[in-house]
Formats: sequence, structure tokens, C-alpha cells
Amino acid sequence: MNKKQRYIIEFQDVHKSFDGNHVLRGLCLSIYEGETLVILGRSGCGKSVTLKILLGLIYPDDGQVFVDGEEITQIPEKRMLSIRQKFGMLFQGSALFDSMKVKDNVAFALHEHSKMSEKEIMAVVKRNLEFVDLAGTEELMPSELSGGMRKRVALARAMAYQPKIMLYDEPTTGLDPITATTINALIRKTQRELGVTSIVVTHELESGFSVANRVAVISEGKIIEIGSIDEIKNSQNEFVKTFIAGPK
Amino acid sequence: MNHFLTWFARLGILSQNLDILKKQLEAFKKFLIHLHGFSELFGHSIVYLFTRPFYLRDILVQMHSIGVRSLVIVLLTAGFTGLVMALQSGYEMAVYGAKMYVGTLVSVSLVRELGPVLISLVVAGRVGAGITAEIGSMTVTEQIDAMRALGTNPVKKLASTRFIAITIMLPVLTIIGDATGILGGLVISVSSLGISAPFYWMTVFRALTLNDFLAGLIKPFVFAMTISTVSCYMGFTATGGTKGVGEATTRSVVVSSILIFFLDFLITKFILSVS
Repeated sequence: MNKKQRYIIEFQDVHKSFDGNHVLRGLCLSIYEGETLVILGRSGCGKSVTLKILLGLIYPDDGQVFVDGEEITQIPEKRMLSIRQKFGMLFQGSALFDSMKVKDNVAFALHEHSKMSEKEIMAVVKRNLEFVDLAGTEELMPSELSGGMRKRVALARAMAYQPKIMLYDEPTTGLDPITATTINALIRKTQRELGVTSIVVTHELESGFSVANRVAVISEGKIIEIGSIDEIKNSQNEFVKTFIAGPK
Repeated sequence: MNHFLTWFARLGILSQNLDILKKQLEAFKKFLIHLHGFSELFGHSIVYLFTRPFYLRDILVQMHSIGVRSLVIVLLTAGFTGLVMALQSGYEMAVYGAKMYVGTLVSVSLVRELGPVLISLVVAGRVGAGITAEIGSMTVTEQIDAMRALGTNPVKKLASTRFIAITIMLPVLTIIGDATGILGGLVISVSSLGISAPFYWMTVFRALTLNDFLAGLIKPFVFAMTISTVSCYMGFTATGGTKGVGEATTRSVVVSSILIFFLDFLITKFILSVS
């Protein structure tokens, strides 16, 4: 089995409800190591919930989730904390720590988990900020940044601990087209230069297609179509056709 | 016909009663869920103090924020309480010829009761509200999720550090507050009541017993743990954006204040029964 054929993440028949609202209804999904999988779907269809289950931020009502071969829905929080270190997550609203400077945000995971000296940590911070084209912003507070800059700082923070898997929750939502293009380019650059597995959830087709190796379409809590960009574009599924073409 | 109508009416009343019962059971279930969450947070706040990482820097920052930055309001509260108590009691006690014992009244009241309760209420308002607002804002803007996603336990990083900082600083603030209040009493005694300073100090030290000091220190210690757990819990469970954070902050101060009064009663009763 070569590297690309190994599943790094597997969802098996995952169900999740919130106050009687059945969001995930038997989600099954497998993700290859090193690929960028884009999950497309309408707002509120369970895309973000899928990412949060993967990170152990919420627990499914039923089903199993495997990360690197380890089932994560039944493990204690202490073990989950170390599993989360395999992930980097870019939140929809960036979720930067607003009481900390940019450099402390980016250095957060390194201060918490690494044994690096302060000098080494600051070197990583500088390198990551340069990677996202934000060199020189170390001393700024998150409130002094624009929406696009916040996303880029959040990306630099997510990458700091060299995760194996990057998760992107609506990375371009609410951004102007130029900034959205910059973020998409950064997602591709991250995959190309760092070789991480990436999962992008979005409802924006253009953004999704520009970064994807494979695309999965989610509707009513299930994956209804999965394949290459061409396969999705030529899908005969009515929902997928409507989602791509837009309502007539 | 009448028989059927009566039967339907009874069925209606029964159904209404069942609805009320169902709502009460739901409310009770919610209460139990909160009680469980609160107890769990309290337990974790203590347990995590003894596991790595220890976040010493964060604890010192919180001790400065909670203790040093509360000093002015504590000094003002305790100082004015001492002044007013001496003033009020001095003139009342003069009627019975007991004006000389103002020092006794001021010191015993402050050390046993007013110092711990008033200063804890001030800290619950200033510090507790701040903690709930800060953690609540982090919760609704996904910063708590981001912290967990970065492999850090937010209860350990945020709640445990605040728990130990308040538990150390509140008794210290109470001692400072008690001393300030007693000094306030001295000022009024000397300036307005014609009592000499040495006599005032003699009445103070003769009145206070070891039990008074013990009670005066146990109370802020317990109140500190209560304020910290309530304010962190309200922050972690905040929902509904900025409005939800505002509501959680108000709830935090109200619940902390009520628990302070309730626990004060229990501790006082316990100490009196033991002594």
C-alpha cells in the first residue's frame, strides 16, 4: 500500500443530534493521507460539526471515528489532547486569542507543548508569519488586523506545531474575492510545501474546487457524492447538480 | 352527556398538570446538569493544580490582577465600613455608657463577619464578573475551542490558575481589609469619641480570640473557591453571543453573592457549634 492509499481519517456511520435536530445521519467518509478533501454543502448541513467531531470538541451520539488508526470517540480527554496535536484548525471566525499579541497567538502551541527555547520559538513565529505574508506583524494585537489578516495569522498559528492534518472551516467565507484568492493560494501552498492532509469545509464552490484533490458533497447529514472535481461536476445526483448549477 | 363532559374536563386538568410536571422535571434535570458541571469543574480545578504543566506565570499574573488590582476598592470598602461602624456604634453605645468598647465591637464584627463577607462580595463583583466576561467571550468566539484544538486543556489553563490565585489572594485581601477597618474605627474613636489610641488597641486585642481569626480566614478561603468556580463555570457555559455573555456575567455575580451569604451562615453555625 503506498502512502496516498492509506486512510488517515475514517468516519463510520456517525450520528449527531442537537436538541432533537438530527444533523449527522450516518456519515461515512474516508480520507487518504496527504490529500486535500473538500466537503461541500449548504449552510447548517453538518460540515462544521464533522470537523468538531474529528477534533473531539463534540462527541457523536453513535458511530466511530478513526484518526491514524485510533478510534477517538471513546477515549478520555487527556488522550484526546495529545491526538489534537496532530491537527491544525483554521476556525471560521479565526478564533485568535484577542488578549494576546500576534506573536503569542502563533507561538501558543509551541509555548504549551514544545521544549524549544524562546529564541527558537520566535524564529518559528517569524518563519510562519513570513509564510503567510505577514512579516513584521508580531507585536500587533488581533483587534488591529483586518479579516483576511486574522485568517492568515490563524493559519500561521495552526501550522506552528507542524500538524499532520489541517482542518479549514469555511476559510474564505466573508472575505473579499482578492483576499479569498490569497487564502486559497495559502491552502495550496501549505499542502504543497508541508505535505499535510487537508480537509476544507465550505459552501463556496469556486474556493472548494480551487484547492481540492477530491470533493465530497454532504446533504441531510450524509455524504451523497464523493470523487474528483470532474466527477462531481458531471454528477447525475439531482442535489449535486442543483448545488453546482444553482437554483433555476 | 354531563358524565362525558366531566370526564373530558378532568382529562384536560390532568393533561395541564402533566405539562406542569413535565416542565418542573425539565427544570430539575437542568439544575442537576448544572450541579454536575459545577462539581466537575470544582474537582478538576483542584486536581489540575497537582498535574503538569503548572502555569506558574499565569498564576502570578492572575494573583496580580485579582489581588493587587483589587486593593484600592478593598481598602476603601473596609476603611469606610470601619469609620461608619465606629461612628454609629459610638453614639449608640454612649447612651448606655459603653462607648469605650467601640474597639471591641468594630474588631469582632469586622474580623468574624463583615470583613470576609464584604470583601468577598466586592471581589465577586469586580473579579468574578471579569472572569465570567473574559471566559464567556472566549467561549462564544470559539477561542476556547481553538485552545482545545491546539492541545491545551482550557480548564487547567484558565480555571485552575484563577482558582488558586483567588484562593490565595482573597484571604490576604481580607486580612488587609480587616486591619484597614479597625484602623478606620481607631480614627473615629480618637477624633470623635474621645477614646485614646492605647485604650482602643487594648479593647481590640482583648476582644479577639483565636477562633475569630480562624473563622475570619476560613470564610474567605471557602468564598474564594466558590467565586472562582461559579465565575469560570458561567463563562464556560455562556451561549448566545455578547448578550449571552452579559447575562452570564450578571448570573455569575448573583449566584456568587447568594452562595457567599448561604455559606457564611453555614460556616458561622458550624464554628459556633464547635466552639
